[in-house]
Amino acid sequence: MTLKENDKLKLEEILKDLDKYRPRRKGWTDRKPLPAGAEVGPFDYYQISENLQRSIPLPAAHAMGNIDPQPDCVITSEIASGRFEDDIRRMRMAAWHGADHMMVIRTTGQSHYDGLIEGTPEGVGGVPITRKQIRASRKALDLIEDEVGRPINFHSYVSGVAGPEIAVLFAEEGVNGAHQDPQYNVLYRNVNMIRSFVDAAVAKKVMAGAGMAQIDGAHNANATAREAWKVMPELLVQHAINSRYSEAVGMPADKIYLSSVPPTGTPAPILRMDLPYAVALRELFHRYKIRAQMNTKYMESDTREATVNHVLNILISRLTTAHIQSTITPDEGRNVPWHYNSINAVNTAKQTLNGLDGLKEIVELKEEGYLPEKAREIKERAILFLEEILEVGGYFNAVEDGFFVDSGRYPERNSDGIVRDTKGGVAAGSIIERDKDYMAPICDHFGYNNLPEHEGQPCDLIHGCTLCHPEKIVYLDELDPEDNVQKRLEKTKEHRDKGLLKPEVEWYADGWVNTTLFFPTGQDMAEAAAYEWAERMGLENPEVIHKQTMHPAEGTVMEIKGQVQFDIDSSTLKIPEKEELLDENEITQYVKENPMQVVAATVGEDEHSVGMREIIDIKHGGIEGFGIKVNYLGTSVTIQKVVDAAVETNAQAILISTIITHGDIHRINMKKLHDLCVERGVRGKVILVAGGTQVTNDIATESGMDAGFGRGSKGINVASFLVKKRKGMQ
Amino acid sequence: MERKDDFVQRRKHLASLSDEELHEKFWQLTDEVIKPLVKLAENHTSPSIERSVLLRMGLDSLEAKELVKKIQDRELLSKGAGHIVWRLARDKGFSIREAAEALLADKYWDDVEKTFKGGGTG
Repeated sequence: MTLKENDKLKLEEILKDLDKYRPRRKGWTDRKPLPAGAEVGPFDYYQISENLQRSIPLPAAHAMGNIDPQPDCVITSEIASGRFEDDIRRMRMAAWHGADHMMVIRTTGQSHYDGLIEGTPEGVGGVPITRKQIRASRKALDLIEDEVGRPINFHSYVSGVAGPEIAVLFAEEGVNGAHQDPQYNVLYRNVNMIRSFVDAAVAKKVMAGAGMAQIDGAHNANATAREAWKVMPELLVQHAINSRYSEAVGMPADKIYLSSVPPTGTPAPILRMDLPYAVALRELFHRYKIRAQMNTKYMESDTREATVNHVLNILISRLTTAHIQSTITPDEGRNVPWHYNSINAVNTAKQTLNGLDGLKEIVELKEEGYLPEKAREIKERAILFLEEILEVGGYFNAVEDGFFVDSGRYPERNSDGIVRDTKGGVAAGSIIERDKDYMAPICDHFGYNNLPEHEGQPCDLIHGCTLCHPEKIVYLDELDPEDNVQKRLEKTKEHRDKGLLKPEVEWYADGWVNTTLFFPTGQDMAEAAAYEWAERMGLENPEVIHKQTMHPAEGTVMEIKGQVQFDIDSSTLKIPEKEELLDENEITQYVKENPMQVVAATVGEDEHSVGMREIIDIKHGGIEGFGIKVNYLGTSVTIQKVVDAAVETNAQAILISTIITHGDIHRINMKKLHDLCVERGVRGKVILVAGGTQVTNDIATESGMDAGFGRGSKGINVASFLVKKRKGMQ
Repeated sequence: MERKDDFVQRRKHLASLSDEELHEKFWQLTDEVIKPLVKLAENHTSPSIERSVLLRMGLDSLEAKELVKKIQDRELLSKGAGHIVWRLARDKGFSIREAAEALLADKYWDDVEKTFKGGGTG
């Protein structure tokens, strides 16, 4: 099966024969960097990787030959709709914009689920991770990576009380990366400490066997701390504990990624605060890799503010190093990320990385003064933290003493850290000592294992485990007859089959829309007015998701979301036919062989010249660029004068620009132009073209013109038409 | 615990270290912190670990969960869930799947208890 650009992902195809599907590879894949100075379009780059075969460039790229340079680091998209069938559509969009690391968030509560979940139940804030969901997602990603021409890493979470099982599931199903950090379980999920570390060792060993990349959980300390900029020493300690623990249980250093967030947010002077931390981290942890995360701690509902912080975060990535550049959707401070905000986040990363390409060719970090001094201080504070952990008797005692996520800048302590009891938490007391004859006849197992002495793999005893013989994997389908993908698809079947359209932000045909409103009042009044407005617009479940005072009395801007209750039947829509344009070279060649002279003017009492200049000027891609000679008469020109000029210069075409008025002046002007040309006996020789923001081809041709060009028209549209028309005339 | 920032006093023993020595100290302390944790993991197991073993032996998640529970009820998890299935398969000439299905059907537990509680480990 291959995907076609203009066809949707067919879910039925994805689900077909899923029980027999095997992933095409295991393990993490980095991008393939291009040599420094590699050329893409008119530019050379120092930090890019191979181009994609299919992609959607940044908007302004159209003025640069539609280039889409791909940065050297992997770019992450976090995907969290709670339904895998909608997740995979978003993955396809994200891949086309340059993401090659799809991080699927798990449903709320999965950490405390004792075992694996099966089938395709719906989640909250993420999908329940099951074999079917990840197998279907991986299968879809195989198709998508063929389409864009780059391997895509699939990623989720190995945490909670079922970590080892989830690790095995991921290894079997070709999941390429995962978060794994027992400290996350302990601090934020209150899973028993001992259980968390014992389970983590096996989970990590299994991940290592499958070549998976591991991302740690230290960024959560940043998101949780009361004053995030004070938590830097502890972040180093958390990274260190997980990294060294991972290595000790068998994970290679080059698969260990530190999840590092610049801790501070504006309006703090964040470069000066976060850069020394970033430098300290990279100096200490040079053997490991960096997953640069964006800040979530200081995210409010303002997507603009979030985006600026994220751009500054990437500046730190480029001033130091990042192997994976993660992205945070700018709407995370409002709701579960929406489609287009996920894509915006990917584009923020791609755009900023492009813009900062080769930064270190032109600037370098100071090796004396504030930066290295501050970096050293953070390292020393982290060392003191480690010393005190040992003083109190080790990691578990330190957690019991509330060392972690304390709001003080260590060694300052404010007695408000997270406290966990060694004997408490979810699954407390569930750890069992292995007997002398403990044995596990399978591969990638960590710890004491009294295997009978023999050559070869541990699993030879059982003639192969699922990691070596994937045909032994047992695939379970749905367990819940109600909560599954088929039932969900039935609900939107009509929309899919009949082509009914409804706006959406997250799920197919969910009906959510978002509107920006400005009311000339203070916040409270504006908010009340916004709800009243939403009701009158027929929006259900309205919710103000952003408000910002422009001035206490003069006005408030807000964004309000709500669900629309009607469908649009696509079969009843009239889609204007797209004009087929001639090739640029073909136009230029034709004009060279058949020189063309045109007269252009803005007619009537109209002083607007911008639109016409865009159509004409060579620097705006206008018709002059194709070699057409233009006699531009200016603004507020009479029809009489235009026709006189055309006759005088023996022009082949007349271009007029006109605004639409209530008095129908535009129609009158067009008719007048046509009539006058007839009167002067030149109508058969002169092509008449009218343009303007609200002119349409229909209005123009009804009024005697040969063509009309409206909003968005470019020089090439007009040039292509003129050449076609001339060719037809000859 | 509440404590004012006494960094200036506390760092005195670090002040004379070169950056390289400082880095060494950082990793040496980290290794001391994680050493007992690794030891703990080496010598212990958990229901999830044992379920992950059974998954790798070709059981599905429902079977693995059920069987680990049965083994836990008989206080035999310390032997390794996979060990128990493998041993029964070997002793009775079963495939791994046949042995697991028999145990799930509550068969041969007497044999299992005799083998593992009698001290014989094969």
